[in-house]
Amino acid sequence: MNDSKIDLLVIGAGPAGLGAAIEAAKRGVKVLVVDENAKPGGQLFKQIHKFFGSKEHMAGTRGFTIGEMLLEQAREYGVMVMLNTLAWGFFANNVVVVKQHDQSYSIQAKKVVLATGATENTLSFKGCTKPGVMTAGAAQTLINLSRVTPGEKILMVGTGNVGLIVSYQLMQAGAQVVGILDAAPVVGGYDVHANKIRKAHVPFYLGHTVVEALGKEEVIGASIAPVDCNFKPLEKEGFFVECDTICLAVGLSPRLDLALNAGCPSTYEPLLGGSMPWHDQRMRSMEDVYVAGDVAGIEEASTALEEGKLAGVAVADELGLLAKEEQGVIYEEIQSRLDKLRSGLYGDKRRQAKLDLIERGCTR
Amino acid sequence: MRIEAHPILGTRSVKETISITVDDRTILAQQGDTIAAAMLAEGFRVCRHTSRTGEPRGVFCGIGQCTDCVMQVNGVPNIRTCITEVEEGMEIRTQVGVGRWEASHE
Repeated sequence: MNDSKIDLLVIGAGPAGLGAAIEAAKRGVKVLVVDENAKPGGQLFKQIHKFFGSKEHMAGTRGFTIGEMLLEQAREYGVMVMLNTLAWGFFANNVVVVKQHDQSYSIQAKKVVLATGATENTLSFKGCTKPGVMTAGAAQTLINLSRVTPGEKILMVGTGNVGLIVSYQLMQAGAQVVGILDAAPVVGGYDVHANKIRKAHVPFYLGHTVVEALGKEEVIGASIAPVDCNFKPLEKEGFFVECDTICLAVGLSPRLDLALNAGCPSTYEPLLGGSMPWHDQRMRSMEDVYVAGDVAGIEEASTALEEGKLAGVAVADELGLLAKEEQGVIYEEIQSRLDKLRSGLYGDKRRQAKLDLIERGCTR
Repeated sequence: MRIEAHPILGTRSVKETISITVDDRTILAQQGDTIAAAMLAEGFRVCRHTSRTGEPRGVFCGIGQCTDCVMQVNGVPNIRTCITEVEEGMEIRTQVGVGRWEASHE
């Protein structure tokens, strides 16, 4: 086993991890990023739509372009990146054990940023394990990275922004979206996304759920039904929708296994995706360990990037590498960008949830 | 199906064609494809069958987290096909349960 000692180990090369790595490295911190995937960027390279926010959040820029810009900056500041590298254990004294090509290495770092992202939620219904039922993220990876459609006739489950955006992208890829449903009586995501799908005359089945995925070996259709006020399907009113693919866009959960392994205090935040590691206003979860991005509460890529920057600056600060003129100011700048991203109907709730959890303090 | 023209990503760039086998059937793939994508492009959606009830499973999460798409690749079982790239002459097999190792790998 080779051993190496570095200043900062970042786990996850998505927007949060790269944000942390860049901000720390540009202040002189020696940074190593590990990622289990063959390519860096996390889920950014499958985001072919333009991002929201203002100019300072790179609004109007497509996700994959932001990914390329981050990789360029990381190179510029000498960030080391190890790909195909799975971090599987967090041991005492900040020793993280990683595996690359059947070889394990232990890495000891002064500080660690966990930017492990999220896992897509699933939905349980009869036949939900059949080939042809997949997460919306899987469909998005296939169409935008592999350039292969998962099927020809898609039924989308979930009208949040992921369900809406992926539906539109499936149509851009040449697939037919035969319907989009949601157990809730109203569309969950932004109108700007929903309207694009409405314009294409895709039927919206609001107040409906999937009862069964039909087909022997593979999906050939779905039985869907309206739900009552307790979200129980009224199966007698169910009907058949022909489709070969059912995409599930039913939310995400923080991917916190490594954070728990590290010993981070955990908290349950319904507005931020459920169980997540607790963190303070500078993204510190416990001594020497920081969390950023979706693992620290489900939001979106721009917020993840800013949280990563916050963690990177805080690490540089703790290592005594934050310039005097930056003290205080830099945190306010990043926080103000985060506050702007967390505005509006859903953003305000998330901002409040973050404030509450920070104010409550670490309960352990 | 492969996406030839795309309003944002443009026309698909032609990459080197390589051949792989899925349960002894030869299919053509493109350099850089994941196994799962190459299979889906040719309409193969079943990756494995479960051990007890023999139910089929296919790609589910697409990013290597769920392990629903694992198959036997070049004699090694439980390879996540959604994140493993194709190589010329690769032999891919649907697996049952936790699969088995080919003699050459034992």
